[in-house]
Amino acid sequence: MLRLIPDNTKIGFMGARKFCYGLSILGIVASIALFFSVGLNYGIDFEGGLAVEIGTTNDSAIDIGQVRGSLSSLGLGDVSVQEYGRPSEALIRVERQPGDDAAQKAALDLVRATLEKTVPDVSFRQENVIGPKVSGELKRDGIIAISVALAAVLIYIWFRFEWQFGAGAVIALFHDVILTIGFFAITQLEFNLSVIAALLTIVGYSLNDTVVVYDRIRENIRKFRKMEVPELIDFSLNQTLSRTTMTSFTTLLALLGLYIFGGEVIRGFTAAMIWGIFVGTYSSIFVASPLLTLMKLDREHMFNDVQDNDPTVDKSRSVDPFAN
Amino acid sequence: MSTYPRWKLLLILSVCLFGFIAALPNFLSEQQRAELPDFMPSKTLNLGLDLRGGVHLLLEAKTDDIIEGRLENLAGQVRDIRRNEKGVNFAGVRIEGRSVIFSVTDDEMIEKARTALLPLTQASAGLGGMMGATVQEVSLEREGRKFTLTLTDEGISMQARDAISRALEVVRKRVDPDGTREITLQPQGDNRIVLQVPGESDPQRLLSVISTAAKLSFHDVNTNITPDDIARGRIRSSEKAVPVRGGGEMVIEKRAIVSGDDLVDAKAAFDQNGQPAVAFAFNTSGARRFGNHTRENVGRPFAIVLDNEIISAPRIITAILGGSGQITGIGGVQEAQELATLLKAGALPVPLEVMEQRTVGPDLGADSIAAGEVAAVIGFLAVVAYMFFGYGWFGIISNIALFTNVLLILGALSIFQATLTLPGIAGIVLTIGMAVDANVIIFERIREEQLAGRKPFAALSEGYGQAMSTVIDANITTFIAAFVLYFLGSGPVQGFAVTLGIGIITSVFSAVVLTRLILTTWLNRARPEKINI
Repeated sequence: MLRLIPDNTKIGFMGARKFCYGLSILGIVASIALFFSVGLNYGIDFEGGLAVEIGTTNDSAIDIGQVRGSLSSLGLGDVSVQEYGRPSEALIRVERQPGDDAAQKAALDLVRATLEKTVPDVSFRQENVIGPKVSGELKRDGIIAISVALAAVLIYIWFRFEWQFGAGAVIALFHDVILTIGFFAITQLEFNLSVIAALLTIVGYSLNDTVVVYDRIRENIRKFRKMEVPELIDFSLNQTLSRTTMTSFTTLLALLGLYIFGGEVIRGFTAAMIWGIFVGTYSSIFVASPLLTLMKLDREHMFNDVQDNDPTVDKSRSVDPFAN
Repeated sequence: MSTYPRWKLLLILSVCLFGFIAALPNFLSEQQRAELPDFMPSKTLNLGLDLRGGVHLLLEAKTDDIIEGRLENLAGQVRDIRRNEKGVNFAGVRIEGRSVIFSVTDDEMIEKARTALLPLTQASAGLGGMMGATVQEVSLEREGRKFTLTLTDEGISMQARDAISRALEVVRKRVDPDGTREITLQPQGDNRIVLQVPGESDPQRLLSVISTAAKLSFHDVNTNITPDDIARGRIRSSEKAVPVRGGGEMVIEKRAIVSGDDLVDAKAAFDQNGQPAVAFAFNTSGARRFGNHTRENVGRPFAIVLDNEIISAPRIITAILGGSGQITGIGGVQEAQELATLLKAGALPVPLEVMEQRTVGPDLGADSIAAGEVAAVIGFLAVVAYMFFGYGWFGIISNIALFTNVLLILGALSIFQATLTLPGIAGIVLTIGMAVDANVIIFERIREEQLAGRKPFAALSEGYGQAMSTVIDANITTFIAAFVLYFLGSGPVQGFAVTLGIGIITSVFSAVVLTRLILTTWLNRARPEKINI
């Protein structure tokens, strides 16, 4: 059978932890720096303004330069014109117009009229006009959504595990979210509403990964009461490694299909997801798990916890194989 | 050795069967769907605007206008009290912010004024207000002789909700007069409306229909006034100058003889010269007032005013009884039709402003569906192939579960008529990738248990048992993300959340429950010495 990971691996993940902490801290610092210096390429969902996607009915190529020229002479401020997927398709974005929502609409009418003159056989594939008020709200709602999701997930982890795991998961989560924002700052991919959805899914996926490893670590702590924690974490990571890589790989396969064939509209979204799979997998192995060593796990407490009602932990089976 | 109780077996199989049947209509042609027997579900996926093309508008009521109108009204009530209440006199009645401020001219009047003003602050139930709940719209404060009537926040939001619920009906009648289009129209918050019109590719037309106030009224015309008087502003306070369509101005009485509120019907017609016109009919009280006025004013003109513009000013030839008439001088047939629709729908209770406008052309929608389908199929095949090579026979079982999972998602989406958007397709594709996760976790456990020396049956049940908590924990975290996205997200993000959420539930079912059933049945039959996993 085709296996990505051989059985009974004994990879010393913990040995690399110092290096990985450094790498992650570097990545986080770089992401934050990029966020504040370069910034994100906010789409009109968050910035307001208008976006028009055009194509030609006869599939002839659009002269981007000419379109840019005629639109930038309209005095609408910052206008960007780019090819969108195919030469016969283009995306035009116009910055938010000063004034209220009627001003945005007037600008759209002007852009439409100009395009009808400039591009032969133009077809308007998509038009979006977002007023300043709504874009501000969408931005606020996006931030609220991410915060609430993080909080909800953390409360769940806190209930299901000891606090040390919760703390490890939090750090790993922020790690993933910050690195993904850094990814958007560096690639300048459009940051829009659907990217918020992607971010939340990354949060879910990364936690998913972390939880699987944590579940195993917790189980092994109860099973092998005398094993040193770093050794135990390594052992658990190796046990779950096959699953971690399998799942990441299948998810990547599906997402790659979406990235390549799913069309331009959701490319930013899938790019974020693909990046998130890598970061999420990395963080659950190299960040979330090793971090547990920094926080002293109270093993006696975990084993004798009468309140622990996890039905899957069969305490009667928890015999240390080395003790016999 | 373990066997499934019969009821459990039947339950699992019927869930799968139900999923298949619910997903089935999506694979049939329209004609075949029509031939399905009644007991079979015939609903197909409900495609979002981004997939079928259409216009999405977010409209906001100009609450300021409502507040302004309410304050004017309040000031009017105060003046009425001054006029009608003996021994009470107010001075300096003015509107400031959200309050009407005035003072009594004598200390003696304070108590009397308070008694007279109190009814204004009584709680009232709004039109669209909560059932049975009453809201105090106005609060009264006094400081020496000075009185302040202030609109409360609850009162304002009740007014806004009332206006929105009336505007909703007006917009519906305007956009969909025949009730044949599949429009979505729903309130959002206190003062917003979401309007979605699938298949509409001309937002401009839609916007012009929505943004017209369509306030119609009939007024007496002052024919004695000269253009010179108008230019010098020598107009009585009860009159006003209004522009005439096609040029010029006329002075009319401010108070209407009859207004659009009394209109019961309006339709496009032709006048005696064969020109497009709008025929209308009043209700009884409107018909009576209109009849009285025309009888007493034969030979004089009256003005038909639409949105502060005189569209025509015909001379009254004979008394118009029976409450019906015609508006002529409209232009083309289409204008006449649009005007008839607008009049019939009634005036907007509050101006609506477009906050967000998203238009997707029908060809982009079709392209998106095609791209999504290709991506989903390729993702699916890649995962299926990989699972087969990775786990062999167990991979096939996992693939059966995966296939069932996709059908269950399609079935659930069709039954619940949840809107499928492009991000929703992405959600399905993502679910395909992640759906095998539960199987991988379980299979890896079974392998471990077997390596630890357990017999097939024991390995299988230990594998499932041990993996359960991990699978549940892992999926709940993603489910929480989907849940939050659904409740806090909007539009396409919600579409994504729905498919992700449904996908998580169906994938846990198919990957845990269904595979276990298949594997147990297989073990019972084949009784292998060792599981090849």
